[in-house]
Amino acid sequence: MNESMLSEFWRNSLHHRSFVIGLILSFIMLFTGLLSLFWTPFPVELLDIPHKLESPSAKHWLGTDHFGRDVFSMLMVGAWNSMLVSVFAIGFGSLIGVPLGALAAAKRGWVEETVMRFNDFAFAFPALLTAVMLSAVYGPGTINSVLAIGIFNIPVFARITRGSALSIYKREFILAARTAGKGEFQIAVEHIFPNIVSVLIVQVTIQFALGILAEAGLSYLGLGTQPPIPSWGKMLSEAQTMMFFAPQLAILPGLAIVLTVLGLNLLGDGLRDILDPRLSRVR
Amino acid sequence: MKKIIQRHAKLLLICGSAIIFSGSALAGKTHLTMGMVLEPPHLDPTAGAAAAIDEVVYANVFEGLTRINQNAEVLPALAESWNISSDGLTYTFNLRSGVRFHDGSAFDSSDVVFSLDRARSENSTNAQKALFAAIADVNAQGSNTVVVTLNTPTGNFLFNMGWGDAVIVDSASANSNKSKPVGTGPFIFKRWVKGDRIELGQNTNYWGEKPALKSATFKIIPDPAAAVAALMAGDADAFANFPAPEMAAQFQSDSRFTVKVGSTEGETILSTNNLQKPFDDLRVRQAIAHAINSQEIIDGAMFGFGTPIGTHFAPHHAAYVDLTGTYPHDPGKAKQLLTEAGFPNGFKATIKLPPPSYARRGGEIVAAQLAKVGIKLEIIPVQWAQWLDQVFKNKDFDLTIVSHTEPMDIGIYTRPKYYFQYRNAGFNAIIDDLNVTADPKKRYALMGAAQAILAKDAVNGFLFQLAKLGIWNKNITGLWENSPVQANDLTGVSWNN
Repeated sequence: MNESMLSEFWRNSLHHRSFVIGLILSFIMLFTGLLSLFWTPFPVELLDIPHKLESPSAKHWLGTDHFGRDVFSMLMVGAWNSMLVSVFAIGFGSLIGVPLGALAAAKRGWVEETVMRFNDFAFAFPALLTAVMLSAVYGPGTINSVLAIGIFNIPVFARITRGSALSIYKREFILAARTAGKGEFQIAVEHIFPNIVSVLIVQVTIQFALGILAEAGLSYLGLGTQPPIPSWGKMLSEAQTMMFFAPQLAILPGLAIVLTVLGLNLLGDGLRDILDPRLSRVR
Repeated sequence: MKKIIQRHAKLLLICGSAIIFSGSALAGKTHLTMGMVLEPPHLDPTAGAAAAIDEVVYANVFEGLTRINQNAEVLPALAESWNISSDGLTYTFNLRSGVRFHDGSAFDSSDVVFSLDRARSENSTNAQKALFAAIADVNAQGSNTVVVTLNTPTGNFLFNMGWGDAVIVDSASANSNKSKPVGTGPFIFKRWVKGDRIELGQNTNYWGEKPALKSATFKIIPDPAAAVAALMAGDADAFANFPAPEMAAQFQSDSRFTVKVGSTEGETILSTNNLQKPFDDLRVRQAIAHAINSQEIIDGAMFGFGTPIGTHFAPHHAAYVDLTGTYPHDPGKAKQLLTEAGFPNGFKATIKLPPPSYARRGGEIVAAQLAKVGIKLEIIPVQWAQWLDQVFKNKDFDLTIVSHTEPMDIGIYTRPKYYFQYRNAGFNAIIDDLNVTADPKKRYALMGAAQAILAKDAVNGFLFQLAKLGIWNKNITGLWENSPVQANDLTGVSWNN
């Protein structure tokens, strides 16, 4: 991408409303998460039981939970945890899924059949089921939820890579590259990958949102992040029996999840619109 | 217009009759749905330690020679009356006649001999064999009399015979009681939908006064939020042990419900694997005791319901000694003891937490308290079946939190193979002495000495006595407010208007 393309990209982007909103929401989450590494209003492992279930105040901006922990601090750390799990899970899924999909598209034949049927098989297991299985064998925990969400993402990336790569393989410049004597691997890296990277970026953004949701779901069920590390899903499940007298304890982490997933989805949709050359001309 | 009026009149009529019907349905209500958190592993009270078994079948399906009521008094059950010899060694039980088991077979002295011999036999799977340890011989004299001879006078023998573990079973059905319990009680086991509910129906041939309830369902609701919803929606009529203490105030202010805070025999303890390093070091256990703040755990995990304890003994018992001050909350002292034990920077360990909220929440608080003195606990939540298998059976744990709800269960500390693996010959001698002492004064002194040893040895972290938070529909009467034994005795329960 040269400089003029980059500036055109930004010009297009800033006119795309959902992209801008998505970017802002995602940035807020990223910033909050990063900030939590250096500073939180209160340490999250600090239990202050005499001050439990306090309403929002100047001291505790969003109040305290049933152990007297500062809800705002917990949300901040929770943001970082969700992101971390999601990043590793999507990284795991795409690092295995993308090469698999590329291999299938390059080799075709029985290799493609094997890879894609394996993907169908993996795709049939929802992340939740995989997580339940993993936690039954190895016990619940963050690493297992990363693995579960990661495994679920392998076929997603393999499919989209194969699909987009196949359409590129039909193009003339690939034929030209072959005639010039380039090997399969070289072609894949130099010609195929740069042409499908925008599709993959969009997919990563969308899967990232799903990863956040999956992490919250697993933690809600007690299969994901374990106490004392706060996580949004766990905060939600703990707040359930307190809905009648401290609804904010459930509403706040719920809102955090909704805004984050919404932001990432808007960002992904916007990116797709902007990066797709056919759509960008229409707008 | 006329049509509309007609239609409305019809509607009114339907509404009116609906109200009348629902009213009459309430008046005649003879079914109770009781919610419970833990599902029993099986339904044979003579072959398992899980309280959930007794909470379904005690007094409802199975009966013993004696029974215990909610005030911990011993009442006659299958034994109509009894005589005790002057030396306290011979108990002659006069059995009730005309009693039949649910499968139709008659109850007589041979069933009593069979049940007691089975429970105290060498290869018995009874979870409370100590209850029968004093028995030397059980003899039938005719079909309606049983003579039990003891080795040594046992003060609470009649109370022991009232435990769920001492119920009388029929030899024909003894081996199938786990899945299809057959007893003599006023309720018959109907069916068990695993993971969901256990249904009981009426025993029309019951020997005694028939209970007002004709049927009952024990609904397994492990999730506290679901328990709140079930009570609010009327899916469960009662929770004898409500799992969400944070909602107590809410239910108290709701006129549809009765909230009763009573006592249980549940010593909630931070069970410590006494053979596992570094917990085999007394100084480490003392450090843990100093690091723990019981009141904070009661406030944080139980929302104030519970009484601090300093040893393994129920505070409402007359022989209770307040030992909460043995190792008062003192993180500085804890650190010093850890340094002496060779852990100046603390150490890492695991804590396995079963599902009840006292354990899950209490565990988080304990972990935070121990972290302050340098002991970093990894929290491992486990399901109930996993807990029974890993912790209770295979002793694969460092620390765990659980409530021991059996009455007068200080004797478990004499069992070398019990899951916390405490071994102390001096303590065993006191309990042996206690088992042969009948004089109440001497017994209290021995119990006090036993309590003091456990407190001093800091065998386990003694956290608090579990309160019994019972919440039920205000139209229900007769449910137990206290649990002197593990039970949901439904024989005296009725709906009123």
